[in-house]
Amino acid sequence: MKIIVCLKQVPDTNEVRINQETGTLIRDGVPSIINPDDKNALEEALRIKAAHDCTVTVISMGPPQAKDALKEALAMGADEAILLSDRAFGGSDTWATATVLAAAIEKIGSYDIILCGRQAIDGDTAQVGPEIAEFLNIPQVTYAKKIDFKDGKAIVTRYTETGDYVIESKMPVLLTAIKELNVPRYPTVKGILNAYAPGSDNISVWGIDDLTIDATQIGLKGSPTNVYKSFVPTKSKTNEMIDGLNGKEKAAKLIGKLSDLKLI
Amino acid sequence: MRRKVNQAINLSDYKDIWVIGEQREGKIHPVTTELIGEAKKLAEGTANQVMAVVAGHKIEEEVEKLLYYGVDKVYYINSPLLETFSTDGYSKAIAELILEKKPEIVLVGATSIGRDIGPRLAAKIGTGLVADCTKLEIDPSDGKLLQTRPAFGGNLMATIICPKNRPQMATVRPGVMKKAVHEANAVGIVETVSPTLKAEDIAARVVEMIQSGKKRVNLTDAKIIVSGGRGIKGPEGFDLIKALADKLGGEVGSSRACVDCGWIDHMHQVGQTGTTVRPVVYIACGISGAIQHLAGMSDSDYIIAINTDPEAPIFKVCDYGIVGDLKEVIPAMMEEVDKLNVFEL
Repeated sequence: MKIIVCLKQVPDTNEVRINQETGTLIRDGVPSIINPDDKNALEEALRIKAAHDCTVTVISMGPPQAKDALKEALAMGADEAILLSDRAFGGSDTWATATVLAAAIEKIGSYDIILCGRQAIDGDTAQVGPEIAEFLNIPQVTYAKKIDFKDGKAIVTRYTETGDYVIESKMPVLLTAIKELNVPRYPTVKGILNAYAPGSDNISVWGIDDLTIDATQIGLKGSPTNVYKSFVPTKSKTNEMIDGLNGKEKAAKLIGKLSDLKLI
Repeated sequence: MRRKVNQAINLSDYKDIWVIGEQREGKIHPVTTELIGEAKKLAEGTANQVMAVVAGHKIEEEVEKLLYYGVDKVYYINSPLLETFSTDGYSKAIAELILEKKPEIVLVGATSIGRDIGPRLAAKIGTGLVADCTKLEIDPSDGKLLQTRPAFGGNLMATIICPKNRPQMATVRPGVMKKAVHEANAVGIVETVSPTLKAEDIAARVVEMIQSGKKRVNLTDAKIIVSGGRGIKGPEGFDLIKALADKLGGEVGSSRACVDCGWIDHMHQVGQTGTTVRPVVYIACGISGAIQHLAGMSDSDYIIAINTDPEAPIFKVCDYGIVGDLKEVIPAMMEEVDKLNVFEL
């Protein structure tokens, strides 16, 4: 079996600060990480690899520094890593990103499972996985929390708000992982030494000329959606602190106010 | 055939606003009426009609209920192959209809099912999709749809457009848009459509549904929500939260911290990765006010915050704040509510 995992390198959103005046992100000093859901996708691929005879290829679209995310994936146990990096890919929305990733997956070929994270913490769109699946014309199961195989089919438990669905899918299939799927491992010392060995050139880099791709469908110009504006959300609230000698007095004042407003 | 974007299309060929109705096990999902409410707002003052699409089988009665929410038409895509949900079946059947009828705008609920189907539909049709929108407006100058959504955990809002491709498609966050009003009389018609779907088109199918078994918490429709955060100090802290919620006739909410600690089930979680709520009164107890939590409740009409830390960020977004110990303040609030009720008698 061959598994391809799609990873995104993202800024750690817990550390992201916003410039309140310009409404832009302050990226300086913000650490980059493998997107958390994508790490669950990689972990699942490695678990499948441990139980079945298969190889795990990780791919990522991003700037040259996204190699760091791929190196971490190799240290965790992936067999092969490919960075899709080209100025022509810059500014891609989900359509354009999925177009590039699908082209790379087609070039790799003869895959059985594509694993993606459900969504990335910077954009929260959850769209790239399903769009790749459509472009490859293969089935998908999103929000996967349990994955098994039986008689050449994938048996996937997928989360919904009202209960889980068990879905039986033909292969190849694209699956998107949620954090309930597993707990990602840490890289082993041996894995780290191999992945980060000085001079080791273990990551292939593919640009637009390496892929069979329609240039009108990628990058900023090829993206059907564009950012029109961005801004920092503002709130306007009464913001009254209720004072009093003790909690009891404050509680009485609060309930009085809510009652006056006919809220309770 | 794989479709492409940025083809030379005539934008004026596209009209009307469509809502992709969601049904689960034959029952219309509440997000559908929220989408209809929003679609009606967007259609106001334009020639656009509001239409809903529901895919399924043997759900005629349920589909007709939508006519009471003021839609001009419901397309009911009826096939035995659509009786249970499948990404393949639903997306193929709905995409086919969109390609044929050319709506200008298509809204999908950003539920776990809508976010599965939405991108698949957009990719089949050849158009853009904006995820998880919390605000939609029409640009009065050229009629384009301004689709606003939070990014970076709600730290930043982005307004996205889809200028050259049609339909303009968005998934819309549940619990944010106002529901369409249920009218006394039905308007509009149901048009039943048969898809060209074949059994072999469905490569992934549901073989079992596991209901969560727990009592469903309805945070989305609650008028009053009392939520607990890390400041309640342990799972037993929710006894106090629940007592106040029960007294006020509300539901119990939670911050992500308590869910991550295993103090309460995820279905109570309010915030970016939980449920978005807009009750009349939201009482945040021992919740510091992380941005991820605020993203899910800041549209509440009135926000009350109770916290021992006077510097807690929640106080910056609240209407009324009390610095104090929950164990003292909450029982005192319940006593005061009892006094009110006696007075009313």
